[in-house]
Amino acid sequence: MITNSPAVAAGSDGGGTRGSWLRSMNVGVLREVALLPVIVVLIIVGAVVSPAFLTVSNFAGIGEQSSALGVVVVGESLILLIGGMDLSLEGTYGLAPMVAAWLIVPISAYGVGTDWNPYLGILVLLAVGAVIGLINGLLIVKGRLNGFIVTLGMTIVLAGLQNGIVKAQTLFNLPQSFGYLGSASVGQVPVSLIVAIVIFAATGLFLRYHRTGRAIYALGGNAAAARAAGIKIDRIKIGVYVTGSILAAVGGLMEAGRVSAVTGQQGYQEGIIFNVFAAAVIGGVSLKGGRGNMVGAATGVILLGIVQDILDLANVSNYWIEAIDGAVILFALFLARIVGGESTAEES
Amino acid sequence: MTGVEKRFGTTRALRGVDLSIRAGQCLGLVGRNGAGKSTLVSILSGLAEPDEGTVRFGGVEPPRAGDTARWHQWIATVFQHSMIVPDLSVAENVFLGATPRLVSWREMRARTRDIMRDWGFDIAAETPCRELSVEQLQIVEIARALARGAKCVLLDEPTAALERDAGRRLFERVRQLTDGGVAVLYISHHLEEVFEICQEVAVLRDGELVLTAPTASLSKDDLVAAMVGEIQTDSPERSRLTDTPKAPLAKGDVVLEVADLTSDSTRGRLSGVSLEVRAGEVVGVTGLLSAGVATIGRVVAGAAERSGGEVRLRGRSVPSGRRDLAQRAGIGYVPEDRHAEGFVAHLGVAENATMTITKRLSDRFGVLRPRSRAAAAAPLTAKLSLVSSGPGQPVGELSGGNQQKVTVARTLAHDPSLIVAVTPTRGVDIASKELLLDSLADAARSSGAGVLLCSDELSDLEICDRVIVLVRGEVFTEFTEPPFDRDELIIATEGIAQEAAE
Repeated sequence: MITNSPAVAAGSDGGGTRGSWLRSMNVGVLREVALLPVIVVLIIVGAVVSPAFLTVSNFAGIGEQSSALGVVVVGESLILLIGGMDLSLEGTYGLAPMVAAWLIVPISAYGVGTDWNPYLGILVLLAVGAVIGLINGLLIVKGRLNGFIVTLGMTIVLAGLQNGIVKAQTLFNLPQSFGYLGSASVGQVPVSLIVAIVIFAATGLFLRYHRTGRAIYALGGNAAAARAAGIKIDRIKIGVYVTGSILAAVGGLMEAGRVSAVTGQQGYQEGIIFNVFAAAVIGGVSLKGGRGNMVGAATGVILLGIVQDILDLANVSNYWIEAIDGAVILFALFLARIVGGESTAEES
Repeated sequence: MTGVEKRFGTTRALRGVDLSIRAGQCLGLVGRNGAGKSTLVSILSGLAEPDEGTVRFGGVEPPRAGDTARWHQWIATVFQHSMIVPDLSVAENVFLGATPRLVSWREMRARTRDIMRDWGFDIAAETPCRELSVEQLQIVEIARALARGAKCVLLDEPTAALERDAGRRLFERVRQLTDGGVAVLYISHHLEEVFEICQEVAVLRDGELVLTAPTASLSKDDLVAAMVGEIQTDSPERSRLTDTPKAPLAKGDVVLEVADLTSDSTRGRLSGVSLEVRAGEVVGVTGLLSAGVATIGRVVAGAAERSGGEVRLRGRSVPSGRRDLAQRAGIGYVPEDRHAEGFVAHLGVAENATMTITKRLSDRFGVLRPRSRAAAAAPLTAKLSLVSSGPGQPVGELSGGNQQKVTVARTLAHDPSLIVAVTPTRGVDIASKELLLDSLADAARSSGAGVLLCSDELSDLEICDRVIVLVRGEVFTEFTEPPFDRDELIIATEGIAQEAAE
């Protein structure tokens, strides 16, 4: 029998005196709710800024605007969890709905003229996402290329394709069934919000209770150890890149439905990838892999959505809104690091 | 030079430790994993502050903890894990963190050469550290300490990654240092080493200093007794085969066949190794580090590619370099470097211990309940006497011996028909070491698994039924009759044929 006490074992690693009571509580839970006070403060600020803030329709609006972003954040978070990164989700977010709409809408609305069935178009959209993710995954995992540069290059290729296909025109006149996901609502609640919540919840449960979900944490935390434990890390990594891209395509479909058009620059123009990364990191998903969860990621999305909404309601001048938006996000990152404690710090 | 004196009194990891080293003295520090050695090292290196008590250098207050540049003028640490930047040259590494604002390359190299010459080291200042051997890297770290004018050098498990000869050369250098008036604090699991080079030895147990005495006045058993505590003093070496010879083995079926295996691994190549492991048999593979001992383990386990030859498990060929398929075929793997491959540090004990059997624990939809995970982990951790605050405690917080138990638990979990263990007891204290070896031997006895134990640690081989000695990637000789003679094994690993062989 080993005689040393757990306290001694823990203490020898240097963190002993600082409180086993903290450790005995579930640290994960603490971190998940860490941003709640911040959100409460933001809601109070919003209520002060505008009487229109605390209304059901405003919150429905926030939900509708944030759900597309949220779905992409789920995809990016999965990729971050395996220790990767995908900048090209932005490109997929634009190109996938673009290609689908192009095959659906008539020539008069700048379509190609095939006039495909909208449901077929949605299948095409998912396929485009899957193919882009597969290419990224193969280049990064099998080709052993750096994910940052591969997906940066892919972003530019995709944005170029997107703009080139329609020669910078905007596709409009989207059929109702194609735009349903982004524009319909059940009562006051937007369908996109419901779908986004379902995707968040399903992914969260998957990560927590599915063996592949646990394998994602294991290989993100220590790929060599996961490999030595017989986990098929290559297959899971490629699968995650494919899933992430499909989710980005779905996010793009929501956005297209919301504005009932696809511009030649959807995604790329708004630079959504920064918001995607910001939401994930604010929500405690580590850029180094292996740490983070869906509750946190969702909090990050909600926080950004509220900030955006307050800026809109405060009638900030259009010329300045981007600078303020960026600054607020940087501040939120800092704040999340403070409230999240040591566990959200990146190693220096 | 005045003496160096240190006093501590922290609450948990260390409880009121008083320790002093004089100039020119080599003090050995021993203790089991979790005894507080690491904490002591980090306090002495200026990385952590003691909660109570003080550290003094020659009677002078030390700098603030964290101000490592100033600490290094007094004391420098050569850590277990190399602190060398591989892409920089030797000279840059020697002056790492102490370079002046404007770097004079010529002066830096000249001063590095001076230090190397003064202390009789033989490494060119311009060499990129990437090209150096582990032994040479340690010299660079020692040179770094000397370049700061440190009066005290702290060596943390310095021989863990060294071959026997290199270890002996290191002892020479330690003697040089002490002769030159430098104080050395030598931390090791290897008691022979402590007896060989230390004049005095201090023993830590559960954060307390239980013994400080001149080595000449102690026997090895005294030291083990002090480390382990009274409870276990009566049978510190109970699993020795010399004491309890195993019943002659009933030869089981061949589990593993390795035929003409070759590999180009940079960490020891293999050129045509063939061997067999039978059910219930523990086969040791040993040799020098460069002889391919670890390589054969990695290749058989599918963790590294082979360039030729065949690995067959129960007659079925195992594909090259596919760890996942090798595991599914029934090959368990305890990797050489537990930090790099053995566990995921921030995941819990239970999750790590069951990482190999997630398929078995989950239902047909792949859903894996934490409760079934904890239930599956409990018997494993109990069997290995793993100490943790619970199944959820991150493995990164455990002591080295307990981390290694997690790695072994993970391997035993999937009931492998062959266990490949590479240096399973490296950096592990004596009590944990026996438990780990016993658990491997027990797996062979009770479940009929074959065990391929690849280790350069001779004491690991005591559980083996046969020992194969590799020299330069080839089978040199085989010992089939336990108990194995230590000296004969050492001679064989050096590639010297037995004259007295009959």
